[in-house]
Amino acid sequence: MTPPLEKEALVRAAVGEPGSTRRTLGRRVRSTATAYGFLGPTIALVLTFFVVPGILLLILSFTDLASVNFGDPWNFVGFANFERLFTDRFFPKILRNTVFYVFTTLILFNLGLALVLALVTTNIPRRSGFFFRLVWLLPRLTPSVVYILMWKRIAQAEPFGIYNQLVPEFLGASGGNLFLGGSPWTFVILTNGFIGASFGMIIFTSALLSIPEDLLTAAKVDGASTWRIIRDIKLPLIKWPLLFIATYQTLSLLTSFEYILLLTEGGPGLFTTEVWALTAYKRAFASYAGNSQWAFGATWAIVLVTVALMFAVVYVKLFKFKELIQEPRIDNL
Amino acid sequence: MRVELDNLSKSWDGVVGADRITLDIADGDLVAFLGPSGCGKTTTLLMVAGIYKPTGGTISFDGRVVNEVAPKDRGIGMVFQSYALYPHMTVFGNISYPLRIQKVNKGEIRERVQRVADMMGIGDLLDRNIAQLSGGQQQRVSLGRALVKEPQLLLFDEPLSNLDARLRLSMRGEIKRLQDGLGITSIYVTHDQVEAMTMADKIAVMSKGVLQAYDVPEDLYDRPKTLFVAGFVGNPPMNFFDVEIMRTDGDFRAKSGAIDLVLPADRAEKAAAAKGKVIMGIRPEDVDLVDDSAPAGEGLTLTGEITVVEPLGREDLLGVGINGVDMHVLVDKARGVRVGDSVDFVFNTSRVQFFDPETELSFLWA
Repeated sequence: MTPPLEKEALVRAAVGEPGSTRRTLGRRVRSTATAYGFLGPTIALVLTFFVVPGILLLILSFTDLASVNFGDPWNFVGFANFERLFTDRFFPKILRNTVFYVFTTLILFNLGLALVLALVTTNIPRRSGFFFRLVWLLPRLTPSVVYILMWKRIAQAEPFGIYNQLVPEFLGASGGNLFLGGSPWTFVILTNGFIGASFGMIIFTSALLSIPEDLLTAAKVDGASTWRIIRDIKLPLIKWPLLFIATYQTLSLLTSFEYILLLTEGGPGLFTTEVWALTAYKRAFASYAGNSQWAFGATWAIVLVTVALMFAVVYVKLFKFKELIQEPRIDNL
Repeated sequence: MRVELDNLSKSWDGVVGADRITLDIADGDLVAFLGPSGCGKTTTLLMVAGIYKPTGGTISFDGRVVNEVAPKDRGIGMVFQSYALYPHMTVFGNISYPLRIQKVNKGEIRERVQRVADMMGIGDLLDRNIAQLSGGQQQRVSLGRALVKEPQLLLFDEPLSNLDARLRLSMRGEIKRLQDGLGITSIYVTHDQVEAMTMADKIAVMSKGVLQAYDVPEDLYDRPKTLFVAGFVGNPPMNFFDVEIMRTDGDFRAKSGAIDLVLPADRAEKAAAAKGKVIMGIRPEDVDLVDDSAPAGEGLTLTGEITVVEPLGREDLLGVGINGVDMHVLVDKARGVRVGDSVDFVFNTSRVQFFDPETELSFLWA
């Protein structure tokens, strides 16, 4: 089938009218070239920093490359790395840890706290709201290492940690090592959540502020309480940013590990707070008896990337992103 | 419901939004708040709605002060310029929302929403999404949502400003009929004086947060108490001249470098007492081209040069320069006059207004 546009041009060419196929095609080529011109830089970046490394990672995961045999020709070992991964004694534990870490942080902090902060700071006077949002942004502005050192100082065991020195006495607990030693997950999730919340907070704040004032006035006049306004008007109108943050933060939590590395290195003890991305990092770059297992680390990473991609696809399908991009017609003046 | 505003004021950090507004709205009346942008009319409306908290004065409904009553407990319905419909709800969802909040039972909600929607002529659109409706239909939904809870007071915030001219005209009549029929006390904020004049029982003219006049439409037009009201009400606006009132041979005359007119005694007497300059006002329709078949009396005509001819269809609006003073004249048909022509005009001096240039108050009505 000839597309209608081309057909029309062909007819015009046949009867000798101006605007023949050649001119139309020329214009089409030019407009396509313009489009690719604009897309070019992004395509180059994605290819260089995502697609190519992804392919290299995939190839690497089928070899036994490590620092001990570095320089030798690559030795392909088939699915040996994958077998080793899935039969690893700590595989179930790491999987459980990852799921727990990602969804607890996501729901309590990156979505929950972010939403609460956005709702509260948009409901108080403008300047105060701005000030508190700035305070919540501070962790994000602080270098990771400094931020984690501060947390460690708070949460370490006696006699170093501020929390363990002061709070147990107040509470009359026998104490000593409640926080970092006693419940490391609390610590890991708090440190990540305090930073993670600020991103959603900013996005939700701008979405909430873009809701026309008239709508809120209308709801108040209609008899809605503050809670009903949040539930019936505000939340539905920021549905799209909510789903976007849910998706984005799931993926970024899946692949994040630097705070855990700095905090607990996956401990205390064996794999207590170890998550998938941290394992991948450790296998690839930490030395095991003088040996960094690059290929095995790549295997953990490629599985993680695959899982993350699956999540992305599921989210896009589940939340009907296409529809959402068009839907929020907040202003229909 | 009777609404009384007593010295109602609102200011933000020294910026005055409304300054000691005092007025009384009779039960069942439609009162228009009329004024240019930023005059305080919406501020006042939002105080009546309970969205803004007054910084001074009181609002009373049927004699009960409601300053501290939350919007949801004031028994009001509100219609917005932007319609303010909930975009994620259907037409039914929007109209039923106030009832759902009151936890009215489902059957009754169905019935009341249907009744109101039928009244608004949108009974067959209940399942539609808001985005699928035209502006006029959206405004009907908005009206339906305001009416469904059977409010004691309806507040309109420029409800027709987003509609096209033709629709505005028909909605104007419809809202008025509806309001009359239901007998709900209403406040109608608008900057469109035609809307105010045609719909309102009384008009509150506001400027810079101050209530300039509060009167029935005819009185605002024919008996303006202040210079602002005289200049604001009426389109094209009233012409103003700086003149002195003289009494010669028993006749009152208005004189300035450009003007010399004989005035009727009943109008001129009070202004003459002022000694010195006064502002004389005359509406564009109270000046006409001199018609040879019916010559005007002495002292009622002036000669001017046509500077602009604007055909308005039914009438023509002329820009006229009289010895360097500009004025607008509205004539039935320009009768072939062209820009640059020198033409005689007759003044209907029984309709002139006089204002004190200092206090800007009318000598005749204030």
